[in-house]
Amino acid sequence: MTLSIDTPDTTNTRELSPHLKDLENESIHILREVAGQFDKVGLLFSGGKDSVVVYELARRAFAPATVPFELLHVDTGHNFPEVLKFRDDLVERTGARLRVAKVQDWIDRGDLTERPDGTRNPLQTVPLVETINEQGYDAVLGGARRDEERARAKERVFSVRDSFGGWDPRRQRPELWSLYNGGHLPGENIRVFPISNWTEADIWEYIGARGIELPPIYFAHDREVFERDGMWLTPGEWGGPGKGEEIVTRHVRYRTVGDMSCTGAVLSDATTIDQVIEEIASSTLTERGATRADDRLSESAMEDRKKEGYF
Amino acid sequence: MTTATLPTDSATEKLAQRETLRLCTAGSVDDGKSTFVGRLLHDTKSVLADQLASVERTSADRGFDGLDLSLLVDGLRAEREQGITIDVAYRYFATDKRTFILADTPGHVQYTRNTVTGVSTSQVVVLLIDARHGVVEQTRRHLTVAALLGVRSVILAVNKIDLVDYDEAVFRGIESEFTALADGLGVTGVNVVPISALRGDNVVDRGENTPWYDGPTVLEILESVEVQRGRAHELGFRFPIQYVIREHATDYRGYAGRIDAGEIAVGDTVHLPEGRTTTVTHIDSSDGGLGSAGAGESVVLRLADDIDLIRGDLIAGEDRPEAVRSFEATVVGLTDKALKTGKALKVRYGTQLVRGRVTAVERILDIDGAADVEDPEGFGLNDIAHVRIDVASELNVEPYAARGAVGSFLLVDQSDGDTLAAGLVGHRLR
Repeated sequence: MTLSIDTPDTTNTRELSPHLKDLENESIHILREVAGQFDKVGLLFSGGKDSVVVYELARRAFAPATVPFELLHVDTGHNFPEVLKFRDDLVERTGARLRVAKVQDWIDRGDLTERPDGTRNPLQTVPLVETINEQGYDAVLGGARRDEERARAKERVFSVRDSFGGWDPRRQRPELWSLYNGGHLPGENIRVFPISNWTEADIWEYIGARGIELPPIYFAHDREVFERDGMWLTPGEWGGPGKGEEIVTRHVRYRTVGDMSCTGAVLSDATTIDQVIEEIASSTLTERGATRADDRLSESAMEDRKKEGYF
Repeated sequence: MTTATLPTDSATEKLAQRETLRLCTAGSVDDGKSTFVGRLLHDTKSVLADQLASVERTSADRGFDGLDLSLLVDGLRAEREQGITIDVAYRYFATDKRTFILADTPGHVQYTRNTVTGVSTSQVVVLLIDARHGVVEQTRRHLTVAALLGVRSVILAVNKIDLVDYDEAVFRGIESEFTALADGLGVTGVNVVPISALRGDNVVDRGENTPWYDGPTVLEILESVEVQRGRAHELGFRFPIQYVIREHATDYRGYAGRIDAGEIAVGDTVHLPEGRTTTVTHIDSSDGGLGSAGAGESVVLRLADDIDLIRGDLIAGEDRPEAVRSFEATVVGLTDKALKTGKALKVRYGTQLVRGRVTAVERILDIDGAADVEDPEGFGLNDIAHVRIDVASELNVEPYAARGAVGSFLLVDQSDGDTLAAGLVGHRLR
């Protein structure tokens, strides 16, 4: 992929379908509501495709001015180096402001304890919530989509959180027409999900149509991996490979990009966006089911994490 | 995994034409709504192997004979444990013709609040009823909400038709009763379909069990119903400013917003607050500069004259609505905080947020067809009421009846920001 997002307002490689145009109009409207209603806004940016799309939409929403949000990355310390490089390149190219909250700092200070299974995804919540409070963000944008997971299917676009970041599904405000209510008490903040209504397929079609650059690990490449519970995981200090698990080289790509300890790759030959779109269309697994060990912990793993302040 | 197994060209071509349809489902307790939505997802191949495997496991654990498709949509653990649905949930599925955004609203608790929420973003409403029970009080309430919000297309899915032995007479009886009810409420565009969500008859695929029914399946209706895109375009131009975009290096100043109604072209005269007018010089968008744009599009307008406009100001066509300090409205109570006459609150209308109060509650409508309550002290959760609202600064309100969502607003709690009520400008339903 050599396409660039340097010129956000004019270049596109393919005309959007009426459906994608509808989604883009809606998301840009939401992003502008955020800029209009809030004072200090953070945009959760992991370098994953969903956060890249949110940032790209923000660039288009405010061009030719700069995006009025600060990027916030919660770095688990187990991020893919390719993704960190992509993040830093993007910051340099676009002049975005970036703030990084490192899980390692919390562990070093003794404020967080490493889990026995080595997974750091659940450890992101504390640094996230503390950074939100410390920075005084009154809104935080995230790239969560309702089609990802059943607890997220019930999430509002504007989601009220208490100062602990907690999500109470029974306290969510009804959301009507396109009237988004950002009202909140001091100390509370609003999490905003501008791509709530997008599906995984929509994201890829949009990336293709708009020529958006992504970290290279989204496309098929050779990688040393080991197999666990039907997922291909990257070896590392967090506990892999274990006994009886063998490191092999496979042609793989990632459907989601998260903490290396719990994000699995899928076997793939897809090296272009069109091939990725085809592959997803013929896949028999959801993206989280195929690639996220942390969602397999229990039937309601996501619901529990969201109540504690996770996205 | 191999790629290039699909006919890319035609797939891409179809995608390029695909439109969005937003719909919602509503029904009463035990009418099989979750099973219906599960069936819709399952039969449109929107359910993947890992989701299906999870449903199979749980179905077997609970001793269900076959696949309990309702498990696909029962979201939260709290709900699964209690077998209930808490709040509106959103589902996504697609066919070659359209992609669908479905608001799934629960039937038993806070039905008016949730139905109003689901219906407010929907072009089509699917009501479910149990063929054994026919049209019930809840059906009437749901249909009333559809009428309140002016929905153009309602599908009545007469579910569990298998449990009345696919009896045509039962279906026809329900059909005529429902059609009469809809006529009485002024709802046009009604389709009635006999279905079995459990067995799959007439949801996506036509069953063989209803040879006497030659109408379309539910999905066929959803794929072909006219998307109401045209109407908003034909109205006068309305553009509430969301945000002012400034870029100092190039001296750029543009007004960002989403066109609420009508169309605009470069060179058009627009009408601003305080009787001023100017001309549109540029329409900037995500696709670059445009010659014209219409309702639903998020754009940035640049104007010929250097006028200081801010968020909340309205840019309009020549039929610019009058600014008022007081207006009549129909409101729906959304929280359990009772709203008494005289309580200070905020009104969120378009991109404006102003102080206001409900100065009079004229009546609470009885949507079950009995007597309205005249001159109550206030209104509460799930009530639909006719009120008068005064605001501290001028608003360019317009009647919902004539202008749809342009005439909608929220009443917001001054202290904690909660959404107290949904409002429609003008008195509706009576």
